[in-house]
Amino acid sequence: MSIARFWRETPRRYNLGGSKCTNCSTVYFPPRAVCPECTHHRQSIEKMVPFQLSGDGEVLSFTVVHDPAQGFEMQVPYVVALVETVEGPILTGQVVDVDPPEVRIGLQVHATFRKLREEGKAGVIHYGYKFAPTEEPSGPSPPRGSPAPIPAEPPSAQPRAPA
Amino acid sequence: MRDVAVLGIGQTKFGELWDRSFREIGIESGLQALVDARLSSADLGGLFLGNMASGSLIGQEHIAPLILDYAGLAGRHLPSVRIEGGGASGALALHQGYLAVASGLYDYVVVGGAEKLTDVPDTTAGEIANSSADHEWEVVFGATLPALWALVARRHMHLFGTSREELAAVPVHAHEMGSRNPNAHYRNRVRLEQVLGAGPVAEPLGVLDCAPFSDGAAAVVLGPLEEARRHTDTPIRIAASQVACDTLALQHRKEPTTLESTVVAARHAFDRARRTPKDVQVAEIHDAYSISALVSLEDLGFVPKGRAGAEFASGRFGLGGSPTVNSSGGLKAQGRPFGAVGVAQVVELVRQLRGEAQDRQVSGATLGLAQDVGGTGATTVVHLLERVN
Repeated sequence: MSIARFWRETPRRYNLGGSKCTNCSTVYFPPRAVCPECTHHRQSIEKMVPFQLSGDGEVLSFTVVHDPAQGFEMQVPYVVALVETVEGPILTGQVVDVDPPEVRIGLQVHATFRKLREEGKAGVIHYGYKFAPTEEPSGPSPPRGSPAPIPAEPPSAQPRAPA
Repeated sequence: MRDVAVLGIGQTKFGELWDRSFREIGIESGLQALVDARLSSADLGGLFLGNMASGSLIGQEHIAPLILDYAGLAGRHLPSVRIEGGGASGALALHQGYLAVASGLYDYVVVGGAEKLTDVPDTTAGEIANSSADHEWEVVFGATLPALWALVARRHMHLFGTSREELAAVPVHAHEMGSRNPNAHYRNRVRLEQVLGAGPVAEPLGVLDCAPFSDGAAAVVLGPLEEARRHTDTPIRIAASQVACDTLALQHRKEPTTLESTVVAARHAFDRARRTPKDVQVAEIHDAYSISALVSLEDLGFVPKGRAGAEFASGRFGLGGSPTVNSSGGLKAQGRPFGAVGVAQVVELVRQLRGEAQDRQVSGATLGLAQDVGGTGATTVVHLLERVN
């Protein structure tokens, strides 16, 4: 993957920058130029504005991957999940900081900034979001939006509050 | 629009064809179909070729004139067009060929599908399969195509109580059918315990829940139905040819356990043919993964949502079932040469509707359905074929 191809998506991959349709208020991630929900698409043209996701969500489905995608060989086995964010968009990402057997549908998670993969020893390192539990995997769910106990996160990677 | 018939069929063996090149298998299936249709190539109007990834797989793009050339037709300067739609490339090419004949612009066309997967290592073939999902927002985050289907499987189990054993019934059936198909990549039977005990790929899916990477090619000759009796004693009419698309990424679907593209393509196809799922005796469906077969059976309308696992495990879709599913062995056992799959599905239906399916013949089959899916369901193509008496 070329450097530019990954670099140009960093605002989305590092900071969960999505978009919102000001015509119908639906939120999208990644950002879209036109709103699929508006009956007449043209209503939304030039009405899509940047929108920051909070990073809070819950696991909608998950799998433990043993046959990895390219660049993920060293992470096997790893969990990939569909995470439904509190703002609505569903994201595909790894669930980390938890034993794979502890992951379940409904687990409350928060986005965290991590290394995704590297392109060989001399290649580019890709960073982006993964998800970590905000509750004990088997315990009760805290209210959504509660602070996430995620250590060692670069300040620049903290998702900002919704605009 | 005029009625279109399948007049001839051809297919190579599917599997690891180390000694055969892409162009060789592409030509073989096409020439078989021409001979079967008793058609002179002088009558041909054009070629439509389904292929997903020849550039990545064999370093060769621009394959439509290549196949035309080695079929000996370059001197006639016929139009030859390649069509790509991920794993649905073959059926998408068939749709284009159907439109060409139905419109009256061309009288006779060859529709071929071909893919050569074993010239690259399995890991590379896997990456190419992943490229039919959303690279930027799924694969970059560690998802693979089997992982995405595993997400569908886990959610299906969660919502509907589908069991691991019910999923495993799908490849057991596929291998039983493959054992009866001389063209199949896998002709061995597998037991339920073998499927359950196979190594994990993306839980809950294991190695035997996933279709293999195969080489292979298939072809059909299409022509106007009104001329069909000149070419065959058993014309097979294309009663419907429908394409529907959806979001590229699974994450953007409202409900990951429903293939809306399949729902819509099937509804349009049945409306067009004025038939219902109950009228279908033979169906070739997308069993690239055990879960993809189950959601496909639901979304095609053969069973209510959430019921496919139990119905499949009960044996309802076995030989002589309602309908018989994947008598060819499906993608799982007949094999999965991406761009050839959709054409091979229709070749199998034609065999069934002609009564030429030998050990796996469904007696009295008159209506068949083929469903070809790209990625996690961003493209579905549904064809209905019927025997004309």
